[in-house]
Amino acid sequence: MLNPGSGNTVIKSKLIGRRMFLLTAAKALVMVGLLGRLISLQINQATKYKSLSDKNRFREWKLAPERGVIRDFFNQEIASNEPLYQVHLVPENVKNLNQLFVRLKGILNISDQKISYLKRLIKKQKPWEPIVVSDNLNWPEFSKINLFLHELNGLEPIVSVARTYPDNSSAHILGYVSQISAKDLKTKKYLKDLSVPGMSVGKTGLERKLDEQIIGKVGFQRYEVNAFGKRIKEIQINEGQAGKSFKTTLDYEVQKYTNELLTDKAAAVCVMDVYNGDIVSLVSSPTFEPNAFVHGLDKKYWNSLITDGKKPLTNKAISGLYPPGSTIKTLVALSALENGIIKPSDTFRCKGKIELHGEKFHCWEKKGHGIVNLRKGIQRSCDVYFYEIARKLGVDRLSETAKKFGLGQNVLSDFVEERSGVVPNTKWKKKFIGQNWYIGETLHSGIGQGYFQSTPIQLCLMTAQIANGGFKIKPRIIFDKNNNSLRDYLKHKYEKPNEQLSTGLLFKNFNLKPLFANQENINLVKDAMFSSSNEPGGTSYRHRMENPKFTFAGKTGSSQIKRFTEAQREAEVKQTDLNYKDRDHALFIAFAPYKDPKYAISVVVEHGGSGGSAAAPIAKKVIKKVLERHDLRQEINYSQGDSA
Amino acid sequence: MLQQRSLQSSLGIRDKLFSIDYILVVSILILGITSMFAMYSTDGGEFNYHTNSHILRFFIFFGLFFFISLIQVRFWYDQSYLIYILFFILLIGVKYFGLTSSGSKRWLDLYFMNLQPSELMKIGLILFLAKYYHRVSIENMNRVRYLFIPIIALITPLLLVATQPDLGTSILIAAGGIVVAWLAGVRIKFFAYFSVIFLALLPIAISFLKPYQKSRILTFLNPERDPLGAGYQIIQSKIAIGSGGLFGKGFLNGSQSYLDYLPEKHTDFIFTLFSEEFGFFGSVFILLLYTLIVSRIVKIGNLTRSTFGKLYCYSFATAFFIYVVVNMMMVLGLLPIVGSPLPIMSYGGSSMMAIMFGLGIVMSCKIYKDVPVN
Repeated sequence: MLNPGSGNTVIKSKLIGRRMFLLTAAKALVMVGLLGRLISLQINQATKYKSLSDKNRFREWKLAPERGVIRDFFNQEIASNEPLYQVHLVPENVKNLNQLFVRLKGILNISDQKISYLKRLIKKQKPWEPIVVSDNLNWPEFSKINLFLHELNGLEPIVSVARTYPDNSSAHILGYVSQISAKDLKTKKYLKDLSVPGMSVGKTGLERKLDEQIIGKVGFQRYEVNAFGKRIKEIQINEGQAGKSFKTTLDYEVQKYTNELLTDKAAAVCVMDVYNGDIVSLVSSPTFEPNAFVHGLDKKYWNSLITDGKKPLTNKAISGLYPPGSTIKTLVALSALENGIIKPSDTFRCKGKIELHGEKFHCWEKKGHGIVNLRKGIQRSCDVYFYEIARKLGVDRLSETAKKFGLGQNVLSDFVEERSGVVPNTKWKKKFIGQNWYIGETLHSGIGQGYFQSTPIQLCLMTAQIANGGFKIKPRIIFDKNNNSLRDYLKHKYEKPNEQLSTGLLFKNFNLKPLFANQENINLVKDAMFSSSNEPGGTSYRHRMENPKFTFAGKTGSSQIKRFTEAQREAEVKQTDLNYKDRDHALFIAFAPYKDPKYAISVVVEHGGSGGSAAAPIAKKVIKKVLERHDLRQEINYSQGDSA
Repeated sequence: MLQQRSLQSSLGIRDKLFSIDYILVVSILILGITSMFAMYSTDGGEFNYHTNSHILRFFIFFGLFFFISLIQVRFWYDQSYLIYILFFILLIGVKYFGLTSSGSKRWLDLYFMNLQPSELMKIGLILFLAKYYHRVSIENMNRVRYLFIPIIALITPLLLVATQPDLGTSILIAAGGIVVAWLAGVRIKFFAYFSVIFLALLPIAISFLKPYQKSRILTFLNPERDPLGAGYQIIQSKIAIGSGGLFGKGFLNGSQSYLDYLPEKHTDFIFTLFSEEFGFFGSVFILLLYTLIVSRIVKIGNLTRSTFGKLYCYSFATAFFIYVVVNMMMVLGLLPIVGSPLPIMSYGGSSMMAIMFGLGIVMSCKIYKDVPVN
């Protein structure tokens, strides 16, 4: 009507209408058919399908994969899998096993996969031998079980296969596993297809870092079952995949030894290979029992952990923040030398204190050290000497050197609990505190106090990089056989500088980054550290080791918790007289052997008093232990065909 | 005539809102909300990924539906070929840049969503043919040379989709196209010829099918053939629906679905889950809602004066009906599992987008029912 050629449109519309009518009729028929089908399924055959659904002919059980094993450097398992017992079932005492399981399923959060595992177990063993039922009961479930116990004849305690650790010596670095939480499911993508009830995930430490690879792939079993839920035949099985196992650089023997040394102390120790960055030992004390986390934690134990003032759950070696104290003097000296602020022979007179703008800055030695040069400054740890050079150096140049040597940033990757600490400078203060920098704060920074915050592992890395002659290394905890050539490379460079390097060595050390402008400066610092540990008057002279195989060069440090009042200073109050909480943290860094450095160590003892008396003796023992095992390590580092 | 045209083509927003078919809008909304409950149940009674994104998508595309409704139908008529070509280009894009998932290449990664152009093509082909047959005069309709363009327009996307491979969607695309041609008045004898050719080619086509596709068809013919492989889905789905009984097991109580017996419960088997939890009455409720939607679309077709509008509405209604019926027959064990979503109910952005787009044009036909398109 409206279009040109409207007659055509009318004819078309009629045709379309006719055909649509036919289609509509067909649709009605189909609808009736669908309705009929629904009536047939949901009304006529509902009973049949209901029973089919109740006793579904096919059951699928998910199989939790076995978690990968973590080994130490010598292939000792330091995190393995073992059965643990919590509730037992004695098949003999059960009238109808399948019924019991169906009943149990109504009460407990118990997976089909678990039940099939149990049934297999029952078939294998004698009817009077108890078997394991559930690996993880929380309080509501447990009370429910008690409530229904009269219907659950044959049920006693609990067992399952789970993570187990040989002891608690490496609890912090390994971390722990526990049940998947709702938050884990939300935040960790790789768990999406992995959620099998009762499965554990890594919460901290290596367990968490490696979780995605170590956790494995879920398998399943599909069975045909009869109307009573009894399995008739296995239809399909996919065993999933056990998680990947890892070999670490840790030495379990050293871990145990160190852990014992630190008993009852709040302390941390880190030992590192100075060339390849292998972390030989990383211990935090007091430790906790990682096995206790696997099946849900006992409330009492948890409370004891979180109320303990020594913070057993914190991995102090990577998350404990301490002012580096006098250990920073190595870098202050290095920075001053590198920037041409001082010559090694330059001297200052230490009278026990200096004054700057009316503020007094004390040396730890009240009497003063007299005339002090660089070597003596480090040997005696003279504060006044470092006040003077810090003042000349300025905090910004110091912070640059400190950052270069690894302070102020994470040392390891993917450890959620690791903290990066603080390397202060003028910009930092402006940004985070919003104030200008005071020269007095430069003096505090020069002796590692004030805003400076570092972790033991950072101090260890710093020491290692000084010890190896000033080259950047990347600390690692997962064994990597193919990256052990820095030592050979440097040896070649020093001993046969004119000979050509093999391409392998050259290629592997292609990215080598020297941290110095003049390597002589590094050697000066190393020499000064030697005198601090091995020459009379040195701050850790008492704990020296004369056997050249073990001789170490170190630096003590103590970081103040509370400023001394003038009255305390006058009264010459000793650290041991103070409250535990007010005592200084004791620090010690060292590398050994002095002539041919192999390992670096850092020790922090919280509220231990002075570095020389509390931390150095521990370092001495650990160094000895590590060096005694050095040849064993080298065998593995240089052996063929032994891979992770 | 001229006066009326100018009056009608410049409808005020009040007139437009006034002429919206609210019964259709409300039915879509009810269906959408029902689908959210179903999705919530598939997520195990929590607002997890599927539920949240389904809700979000429904409302976004519901907005799209309104937006498209308010644009003149003449615009959609004018752009029909262009839209078809655009969707066609996207389909070709899938061939080269598509994402591969479980063996088939169906999606384009658009960063904010994975687009499945074959879903859009369902609507694109209907639009294309509706315009084409609007323009062809009744005398030319059945001349052989006028059949070439429709056949090519139908076959090429069909082959592109079938080789993704996605047999289900390609069949549904073809169904939509054939419906338009049938409604337009193409003689029955042509359909007969093509059926004969199709049957003759069938053995060859079967030789191109992937083993899993063959096994699905065989399984459909005899589900007990492989009860835990290909037959598993059909059997489990029937058990779920049947065990729902008259009143269902109750919201969030579908044991079949909860115990993970149901495959693809978010997408193709959403009706199964709903039926299990809400029983016969729930199923009939869904069936009635779909019937209502289809009949409203047909009614809009009746009201529309232009051939394009009529053809489009009738064809879309029929195609929509076919999508629903194919999906339901599939989960009820009346058709092989070919993989076709239930419109609006199923999880899936592209399907939702295509359906809302199609419904939007229907509503545009309603608002501008008296406006000629050319």
